[in-house]
Formats: sequence, C-alpha cells, structure tokens
Amino acid sequence: MQLTQDFLRTKKLPHIWCPGCGNGIVTAALVRAIERAGYDQREVVIVSGIGCSSRAAGYLNFNTLHTTHGRALAFATGLKMARPELTLFVIMGDGDCSAIGGNHFIHSARRNIDLNAIVVNNHIYGMTGGQHSPLTPTGMKATTAPGGTLERAFDLLELAKGAGATFGARGNAAQPRQLEQLITRAAKHKGFSVVEALSPCPIAYGRRNKLGGAVEMLKGMKESSVAVERAAEMDEADLEGKTLNGVLFSIDAPEFSSEYHRMIKKDHG
Amino acid sequence: MAETKPVLMQGNEACAMGAISAGVRFYAGYPITPSTEVAEIMAAKLPEIGGVFIQMEDEIASMAAVIGASIGGMRTLTATSGPGFSLKQENLGYAIMAEIPCVVVNVQRMGPSTGVPTAPAQGDVMQARWGTHGDHPIIVFSPSSVYETYYLTIAAVNLSQKLRQPVIMLLDEVIGHMREKVFIPEAGKLLVEKSSDQIPSDWKPYDEKGLTPLVPFGFGHYYHVTGLFHDQYGFPTGDPPHVERALDRLHAKLEKYRDEIVLTNYIGHKEPRVAIVAYGCTVRSARSVVKKAYWQDRLPVGLLSLQTIWPFPAREIEALAKQADVIIVPEMNMGQLVGEVERYVCGQAKVVPLNRYDGEMITPDQISELIGRWLS
Amino acid sequence: MAKRQEILLTGAGGQGLILASIVLAAAAVNDNKNVVQTQSYGPEARGGASMSGVIIDVDTIEYPKVTRPTVLLCMNQASYNKYLPKVEPGCVIITDSTFVSGPFKEELQIKSLPITRMAKEILKREVVANMLALGVINAATGLVDRNIFRESVYNMAPKGSGELNQEAFDLGYRLYEEGPEQLCRDAAQTSR
Repeated sequence: MQLTQDFLRTKKLPHIWCPGCGNGIVTAALVRAIERAGYDQREVVIVSGIGCSSRAAGYLNFNTLHTTHGRALAFATGLKMARPELTLFVIMGDGDCSAIGGNHFIHSARRNIDLNAIVVNNHIYGMTGGQHSPLTPTGMKATTAPGGTLERAFDLLELAKGAGATFGARGNAAQPRQLEQLITRAAKHKGFSVVEALSPCPIAYGRRNKLGGAVEMLKGMKESSVAVERAAEMDEADLEGKTLNGVLFSIDAPEFSSEYHRMIKKDHG
Repeated sequence: MAETKPVLMQGNEACAMGAISAGVRFYAGYPITPSTEVAEIMAAKLPEIGGVFIQMEDEIASMAAVIGASIGGMRTLTATSGPGFSLKQENLGYAIMAEIPCVVVNVQRMGPSTGVPTAPAQGDVMQARWGTHGDHPIIVFSPSSVYETYYLTIAAVNLSQKLRQPVIMLLDEVIGHMREKVFIPEAGKLLVEKSSDQIPSDWKPYDEKGLTPLVPFGFGHYYHVTGLFHDQYGFPTGDPPHVERALDRLHAKLEKYRDEIVLTNYIGHKEPRVAIVAYGCTVRSARSVVKKAYWQDRLPVGLLSLQTIWPFPAREIEALAKQADVIIVPEMNMGQLVGEVERYVCGQAKVVPLNRYDGEMITPDQISELIGRWLS
Repeated sequence: MAKRQEILLTGAGGQGLILASIVLAAAAVNDNKNVVQTQSYGPEARGGASMSGVIIDVDTIEYPKVTRPTVLLCMNQASYNKYLPKVEPGCVIITDSTFVSGPFKEELQIKSLPITRMAKEILKREVVANMLALGVINAATGLVDRNIFRESVYNMAPKGSGELNQEAFDLGYRLYEEGPEQLCRDAAQTSR
C-alpha cells in the first residue's frame, strides 16, 4: 500500500533518525493505520513527548503537539477533555513513557481515557546516547550501566493492565503489517489503549550489546516473538525467552471523557 | 458600571469567579493549601456551565492538561501554591515558548520547601519571574484585595488570550483566604474581551509580523506545536539568527502592550519625602499608614502600589525616584522586589527595605515607625 | 456602634467558630457595613486551637488582622488564657462557662455564660452553640441590626437547619438578657 502523502509533511523529510532505526517503520505503520481506520485528517491529533520517536509528530501532517519530556499523556488528557470528538495518538519512547512519564501513564490507564498510546520501545534512551530505561532488560549494557543493568524491567503491558488500561497490544518493527493492524484496533477501541512497538536502535543499544546491525536486530525480534494465540498452545519451557505478540487484552469499561461529558449534559444539560 | 448587592467573598473564591466571568471553562489542578478553595469552587461550578474540571495526578500534569485544553480552544486556569508552583515551572516555560494562553494562580505560602503551609509570605516573587529556565517574558499580577483578585483574574485571562502568553496571579495566603465585602458587577456587564474568530487565509501560528490568534486544533489548520525554537509554522529550527529573532519576538509582544499590562496606583503627596512601594497584602498595611499620615496629618508621604509586578513597573519607579527622597519597600520575604526597585531608582533616592519573614503580615505600626524615622 | 469593631472568636477546632465568623461578617455586609474576615487555618481545624477575626467598620478596612479586639469570645479555657492578656480595658469579653472557669478580673468587662450547656440542654443540639454565641455577642454589642443578623443566620445555615440556627441565635439574646436560670425555668415549664 502506498503511503498517503497527505498525511506526511514531506518537506520536513529527511528525518533525523539514524540508519537502521525502527522509528520510521513504526511511524509508517501509524500513518497506514490512521488511513485504514478512515479518519478525517482534521479529527486526528498526534501528541508526543521528548525523545527520538517523539520527533515523529513533526513529520505527520495533522495537528501535532510535541510536548515536554514524559508529559505527553497529561497534555493529551487536557486536550481530549476539552475536545472529546478528536482522536488522539500519543507517541512516546520507553523512557519517556515509563520513567519520567510513568505517573501519567498509570493514571491515564486508571481513568480509561480514550487515548491511543504508541510506545516505541527500543529499550534505551537513544537521543541522549544510550542510557538504560525502565524497559532495558536486566543485564543489558548502557552508558549508565556499563557492566549491564542490575535493575529489572517493567512489563509495560502488564503495568498498563494492572493500572486499568482496557486495550493492550504488542507488535514490532520487523512485522510492520501486523503493527499497523494492532494500531488500527487500538484506535477503534474506546478507552485507554496501549500499543507497545518493539523497535531496533542499532546505534545506542544494539552495538553496545553485540546484537548486530539493524537487520540482525529485526531478525532477532521476529524470531523471539510469538503470537498470543499460538502461545496459548505452547508450554512454559518453549516460551522461555519469547515475547508475546498481538492483542494481549481488550476489555469493555466506561471511558472517562465520554462519561464526564455525559454527566455534565445529564445534570445540567 | 452597574453594580449588584454587595456580597461577602473570599479571595480564592473571587479568583475562581473572576475566571468564570472571563470565560474560563477548563480547570486542572492538584490539591494544595492555601489554594485548594479555587479547585473546590471550580469543581462545583464548571460542570454546571458545561465546563471541564479535572483533578490530575500531580502538579506537573495539571499544568500540562491546562495547556492541552488551551490548544483545544478552551480558556483555562490552574491554581497552586509554592511547592506546586515549583513543579509547574517546566510546562509553564513550554506555554511561554509555544505561546499557549493560560492563567496560573500561585497563592503564596511560607517557604522554602514545605515551609509553613498556612502562613502567608511573598517569597515567590523572583520565582514567578525566573522560575522556568531560559530568558522568557512573563506577566505577574499581585492583588491586594478580594475585589482586585476578581478583576485582575479577568484581566489575566483576557491578556493571556490576546498575547498568547501565560499570566500568573501571585496571591498570598492573606488575600487568598480573607473574606471581605465586594461589589461584583452583574454577569454580562463586565467587559470580557473576545478573541477573534476570524481566521485570515494566510494565517500562520507564529506569524513574525505580530500577534496572531490561536486557531485551536481540529479546525483544519495543520500546524506543529513544540517547546523547541520553531519557525512561523511551528517547525523546529536551531538556526542562530532565527533563534534570536524568535526570542526577541516573544519579549516584544509584552513591550508593545506594556501599558495594558503594567498596572499601578499612586496615592499621597505629589513630592513625597518618603514613599512606599508595595504589592499584594502588604499594600493594605501601607495604605492604612499613608491614608492617615497624608490625608489626616498632611505629612509628605505617598504609596505606589503595584498590581503588576512583572514586567517590572520600571517607568513608574523612575518617576517616583525623581520625586521622593526615601523609598521604603515592605515585603514579606528577605528582600526580593527591592533589588529591582534599586535598579531603577539608580541612586536618585534612598531605598530602604522592610522585611518580615516569620509568617505574619507586616503591620501598619512597623511601616509608620519606619516612616517616622525617615521623616525626622 | 463605635466606629471600628474588631471581633475575635476563639476556642477549639470543631466548635464552629470559623463558620460563626463568616455568618457574622455576612450579616454585617447585609447591614451595609464594611467587613473583613480572617481565620487561622490548618490541621488545627479539628480539636486544636481555632481563632477567627472579623473587622467591621464604616470606613474602608485596610489592615485585615485584628490587633485591638473590641469584642472577644472565648469558648474554651486555652483560648481564654491565651487571648485575655491581649485585650485592653473596654473590650467586651464573653466566655462560655461550660468550658471556661476563670479567673475573671474585675476591672475587665467579662460576661460568663453557659453557652454550650444551654445549646445542649434547651435545644438538645450542642452543634448550634456557635450561633447561640453570636446571639449573645450581638445582644451585648449591637454590632449588626438584629433582624438582618437573624436572616443571615437562617440563610447561611446548612440546608434544613435554618430554623434551628435561628432559634439558637434568639436563645443567645435571651441568655444575655435574662440569664441562664430564667431560661432553664422556662424550658422546664414548657416540657411539663
């Protein structure tokens, strides 16, 4: 499928991302998903935080809001409450979303506000040159963990689910068509949706951890991923070291912005 | 102006009611003493008029949500106090850079840190000016009464919209919590400026030619909003001449509308030997002294009260310095605005600070004693 | 009424003194006077010390804090001990004898009345002792027009309790004018 030129700010290209970075693949999947879902350009807003992947907002031809580090979901919450008819995609990196923005992440989930969080997880702080994030797996190296990090990583989707999110899916840059479908489903879901998109950072993460170049990293990503449907039939030993792919949960629950606006209409309409 | 029956109103309530009269329909906040009443009133009133109230998970999120709602086209306000004001600084800077209107209320309490949550202070004067990083412009109002709180909040909302510039309402615990008799104009009688609904075809979100209204998201104008230095369409640029021009433009906005922004009031002798420069609740003590000393005892004294403290009323201070021999600056801090006064007095008069920082108001007796000393 | 009146309402948190000060201030506004009301805030709102001040004047009120009280209400012993030394002769002092046992200096105008006990025994509601105290104060000082004050008490009472609060306010007048013994005798008669 040809990317819709209307949805890209082609004049702003080339992008700033490094060779082999997965951000472009995830961004393209997002654009195709928006098109596939049939949204009007004017009803879509892209919100992002600070970091490599958050720069995607500048390349997308919608109303785009590039916020402060970690706060994208809080900005998006204000905007969604003011304009519930808009559809918001919130692009964040793993550090942006789960470290500095962790509080807003769990509270957006708790409220079940209709925002679509696209978390580009490359397991590292890329823009600042390779520091470990809450999603860096234990033992992996970073400039701030030269001997490998001792810290444990979040399971982002378990965290989201525990906090009250009603849709959680995981895809990766090696399987862009599936990622696109997951984003489409997230967008159609009414409530707080999280799509974790695994994405390679060969420069700041892969090289230091001897994971090879972009091609090897994508290959590794694909090989270690198992679709949730297939995982259900596998035993624990076979699942060791694998990452679940697909829609991990989808729950019906009242959505905050529509509940709020219904409340003010009912009480004071 | 038609006035209705007088009512008893609290400062924080006047702030909330002023905001609502000025069209504020979105409030995001986090509970903190002594500003919580603003949130509680907004929580009760906004849903009744189709507005949005949301209690956020923290102070940072409250500031962010307010900016988000402003981009959606709502008039917005948030209220906090010292510790929360510290947390709001980064996103406040974002709103300045991205030129998103909003009003931030800081009901000052005794600091630093948690300090004395229920005690008044004026210790956030410099934080209000320089709290967020970088060379940014800022507008700060400091009311001295419940009614001033009401109308300055309206002015804050209107100026914020017009200039696309955050405005800070710097209250103190005394003004925020005291109740007094006020005449609130009838709804609709008060002048509330409306922002332009007409969008010119060549509209640019950050037009270099001058002020341009904010077109909210969702109306088919696809622009970018960022805290990075940006071009006329909002796209990031780090080009040195452009960066300098953009920063100049942010400051020039306030320069151009300086006379609408800087509000002061003078009472007393035309050529005072001793003048007082005061703001916030301290004005009340100073005014009670000056009224008696000038109107009753005919002493050569005067009071310049500052409703606007930033941008600093430099011209007014320069003019006062030409007339007065001594300028007393009473502040409930260790001396903050007095430095600015000295800068513009520039040796033309003797500047005398009067500081109190025990969590109590400066009393009229303290001021009149000092005046007496300098008069004799 | 003398030109400037400074009223201090003191006692323990939970006795409703802040609300009483707001009702007094609102009544004064309705009586066309200038008013400023302030209070001490904080965790002491329950159980600890509570102090609120009301200034009523025909002139504009600048400095908002009470410095020279013309009326002092003490609803517990601690507040009596704390604020009595701060008043000057001529100040009207009203103490709740339910909680304040003195010592009463003869040179000061001190009126000791069982405010809370009357609320409890006659109205069966200790919670309206604050409005009863306002009745006593106004009977002693005439700060605000009585009918305007009564109306304000009614209007500012929590929903459904307007009449009870007004009754307490009226009882305060009678307590001041007739004394507690008379009130008790009347109450005994009505119940018989």
